[in-house]
Amino acid sequence: MPDIAVLIKRVPDTNAQIRVSGDRVDLSNIKWVMSPYDEYALEAAMMHKEAKGGNVTAITLGAPECDKVLKDAKAIGVDRIIRVWEDSWSELDSNQTQIALASAVQETSADIVYCGKSAADTGAASTGPGVAERLGWASASNIIGLGFEDSGIEVIIPAASGNARTGVSLPAVISCDKGFCKPRKPNVKGIMMAKKAQVEIHAADIPASGINIVSHTPPPQKAPGQTFDGAANVPTVVTALRNDANVI
Amino acid sequence: MSETIVIAETKQGMLHPVTAELVTAASALGAAPTLIVPGTDDSAAAAAADLAGVGRVIACVGDCFSAYDASSWAKAVDACAPAGIVVCAASQNGKDLASRLAARRSISVVQDVVAIDGTTLTQPIYAGKAMQNITLNGDAVISIRANTFAAAGGGGGAEVSVMNQSADIATAVREMIAKASERLDVAEADIIISGGRGMQDPANFVTLERIADTLGAAVGASRAAVDTWDEIPHSMQVGQTGKTVNPSLYIAVGISGAIQHLAGMRTSKYIVAINKDAEAPIFKHADYGIVSTWEEALPILESELKALLG
Repeated sequence: MPDIAVLIKRVPDTNAQIRVSGDRVDLSNIKWVMSPYDEYALEAAMMHKEAKGGNVTAITLGAPECDKVLKDAKAIGVDRIIRVWEDSWSELDSNQTQIALASAVQETSADIVYCGKSAADTGAASTGPGVAERLGWASASNIIGLGFEDSGIEVIIPAASGNARTGVSLPAVISCDKGFCKPRKPNVKGIMMAKKAQVEIHAADIPASGINIVSHTPPPQKAPGQTFDGAANVPTVVTALRNDANVI
Repeated sequence: MSETIVIAETKQGMLHPVTAELVTAASALGAAPTLIVPGTDDSAAAAAADLAGVGRVIACVGDCFSAYDASSWAKAVDACAPAGIVVCAASQNGKDLASRLAARRSISVVQDVVAIDGTTLTQPIYAGKAMQNITLNGDAVISIRANTFAAAGGGGGAEVSVMNQSADIATAVREMIAKASERLDVAEADIIISGGRGMQDPANFVTLERIADTLGAAVGASRAAVDTWDEIPHSMQVGQTGKTVNPSLYIAVGISGAIQHLAGMRTSKYIVAINKDAEAPIFKHADYGIVSTWEEALPILESELKALLG
């Protein structure tokens, strides 16, 4: 019976406007959500439990406001919720983040970890494979299909020459793309249970950051374009794409 | 200056052209880079040695490179690569390998770098809604977005050495499943034509496909289209929860331009928008906007392109 962990992250809603104020992004007045791909990881963890048994532990890294995503996972039906944090921490780099999360995974005795293929804030896709390397585990990333077997799992990974049906033995870290499952919604009982659930706090020793964040800046703006009224202008645009832009 | 190491991107045993861009990026960070070429043999090493500005080439040869397997690739490449700043391609596997290599060395990984200015690296955050500028406190692994650095030229003559590696694979490919369509992937395409919910019916995407065939383009879709219609697979989705693309030409048809879609395609070199709603936000980001229904505009676009390109 596998023990299952799922890594989830609190991020700004993907529909949120992100503004830069001074030299940092201004994240006040933003709606926060569970990172969209993590919802698929959470569903994968619950499917795994239903197929093979075991406990599911949801783990996040962050300050106390991140308890919300853990409670959301609890409402879905995970067994344990763990938040990794120390008050002295602030913007952690990838190395610090992975060390802290790997330490929490070890604490759960999990032998399979699901996570989203990337988080909607950094888009980095570093955490899953990075945690796997620190644990000395296998990893498969960006999966678009998942099946459970007696001694491991089978995943489908998109590759240049097709989709690779791939066997993965445990322990392993699996990063999930969208599309192979439909994340379930919490029911009323789950939401009530989640309200009372205790968040376990996990601390970890982390090294100094390997990077300095100098500044955040708005993205480069393009020069305003031309807008034409009516389909009769399509030939004009095609000519411009051919002669001015040189892209066709 | 730091030692820099480039991990060559390969495709079916050949050197991927983005490798030449990685050499330029690495050269901006330190001395002439060492180029590591992973493969089941050293056949891609000669093309690597020809790239101008490369210090030396190490062909990292092992059976594990027959298909991508994160842990064995990281182990074998790590054994061949000296310490320093390691540069990978920000492709699906390149970013994955970068993460494992960095973790193996207990150093930071910085993904999707789009600019290097002195010691400052720039990467998009929040899917490009903002940029993050960072400096490194030592060695790191960084990945570089394609089409953002000029490609190094040819005519180099770097020395090639071969290092044989054996690493046990942790994941085993059982079968390659052919993709449902032979159509180009949006992540690989230099021209993309995407449809949104304004296309009204997934069957209408055949019009986009015909134009894509004329242009040699990939067909993409907005999240609204993917979420609304089962016929439009997630692999076509461009946006913050889909693929981030950087083509020369992006044609958005019946797409209003939600922030989440813009985040995935805003760095396209040229953007054309076709939408019947003159107030659609996509027009603020388009180089060429056409206020029209797709039913009126696409037949003209198709015949114009056919006349031009055959």
